[in-house]
Amino acid sequence: MKQTLTAHVGAPGFGKTERRDAWWLEPLLVVLGFATFVAYSTWAAFQVSNYSYGPYLSPFFSPYIRPDWWPANWSTAFFVLWIPGGFRASCYYYRRAYWRSLFASPSACAVSEPKRDYTGETGTIARWLPILHRWFLYLSLIVLVWLWIDVVKAFDFDGHFGIGVGTLVMLINVALLSFFTLGCHALRSLVGGNARCFSCAPGGNARYGMWSFVSKLTQRHKLWAWFSLFSVGLTDLYIRLCAMGVLHDIRIV
Amino acid sequence: MSETVTSTQVHGGGATADQIVSVDSATNQHIQVRINRGEAGEIEGRWEEFTVPLAKGMVVLDTVLWVQAHQANDLAARWNCKAAKCGSCSAEINGKPRLMCKTRVEDFNLAEPILIQPLQTFKRIKDLVTDVSWNYRINATIKPFTPRQDREWKWFQHDADRAQEMRKCIECFLCQDVCHVLRYQTEEKPQFAGPRYFVRTAGLDFHPMDGAERLEQLADEHGLGLCNITYCCSEVCPEHIAITHNAIIPEKERVVDEFHDPVKKFIRKIQKKK
Ligand code: SF4
Ligand code: SF4
Ligand code: FES
Ligand code: FES
Repeated sequence: MKQTLTAHVGAPGFGKTERRDAWWLEPLLVVLGFATFVAYSTWAAFQVSNYSYGPYLSPFFSPYIRPDWWPANWSTAFFVLWIPGGFRASCYYYRRAYWRSLFASPSACAVSEPKRDYTGETGTIARWLPILHRWFLYLSLIVLVWLWIDVVKAFDFDGHFGIGVGTLVMLINVALLSFFTLGCHALRSLVGGNARCFSCAPGGNARYGMWSFVSKLTQRHKLWAWFSLFSVGLTDLYIRLCAMGVLHDIRIV
Repeated sequence: MSETVTSTQVHGGGATADQIVSVDSATNQHIQVRINRGEAGEIEGRWEEFTVPLAKGMVVLDTVLWVQAHQANDLAARWNCKAAKCGSCSAEINGKPRLMCKTRVEDFNLAEPILIQPLQTFKRIKDLVTDVSWNYRINATIKPFTPRQDREWKWFQHDADRAQEMRKCIECFLCQDVCHVLRYQTEEKPQFAGPRYFVRTAGLDFHPMDGAERLEQLADEHGLGLCNITYCCSEVCPEHIAITHNAIIPEKERVVDEFHDPVKKFIRKIQKKK
């Protein structure tokens, strides 16, 4: 049954509101944050050297894939980068952030928006986002395992156990990435959220446990999204600066 | 506790100053409120400014009732409980959808007038009162609770938690008002049930003993896909229901699960072949 609301015509046009607070601040910060990351990561991904130092490997280049036929002066980052890129681009938090900040739909609550032919997430491209996100989740879990392997390797200094500042940087980074990835809304549904009754479903207790764990991370998904975004960039930067000889990596153990 | 002088409560018309300003909470200060008034169907309306005596702990609804009692007897406003539980006093205060009875005057910069408008998404009946009946018509389209027959009626608190969060809704329609899908379209609104009804549907879908299927209705008739998860509904909900987080996204994910998950599709195919 069609039940549409024919009522009030809201004020069209961008940014009309009676709000008195600085509603434009958050979208502005988000744009600046995205721009900084995209600029740095694009530059870094095109680099053909300085992505590793000692036992450390930049997360932009992991898993490290370099087929023989691949030209030496081309970066290998793009073999993998589309996975975290696609994962974040289809993530519920990032969607919220760019719908608001880039598409002004809406820039902030109760603020008018410029575009009138709204289709939301039913549009030609946008309707694929939640579906693609599933695929990217599965792929990202694989990449995450790889990043953990890199961290284990970062304890290995020419066959001897050791810890450098770089090891800790990589460890913190992969922890933040895990908090982000394991707090995914799709995972939350998958591990238990799609059960209508936990205790009646097969394996219900285990599923409830997993769901509760993921839910805790999901609660702060926005926080992990930002922390992990910057930690990836900073980890690459740290390793790069060490490789360039600008920074000296201190061995702790 | 301060001693509050009360007389009989009169709805929508005759609250006395004493009812509002208790003896020892009165101050010498005055504040300005600017109320958007208008007749049925008027969109822009007209702003009228009033000077109201300030009392400690005063809420915006108090100022409206004071104006009604002293300066504009014909001012229309809807309220019932003054306890943030009936959901009738919804309005937009300094541009934000809020319950008038739960919004403290002292939270604002009192050097400036406080702006009070009716809900912008719904048609005005008079002054601050809007016609929200469309919501009840949407509500009637939702498949009601359908008990399962194939299972013993036994469940635990943790099974009921998710449904219970959704049952906290007081139907204030602040979420419907702020949702940009309903708010900023012209003339005929898109076919979209709105966050309040995603909350109701999730409350039924996550009831451990419910057996009805509502996914197709949600995705098609109720336009779940039009929501772009921008969280405004969650920001305004006075009951702090995590609408987007715990109702809308889990339902969107159930749609993916049911119709689009690559691994599940694969498993189903194999099971069919067997
Ligand atoms: S999250 Fe969805 S339902 Fe809630 S206000 Fe935003 S668009 Fe509307
Ligand atoms: S979900 Fe929250 S904001 Fe929406 S009608 Fe219910 S109580 Fe009000
Ligand atoms: S929802 Fe953000 S990673 Fe899946
Ligand atoms: S008067 Fe009941 S919610 Fe405000």
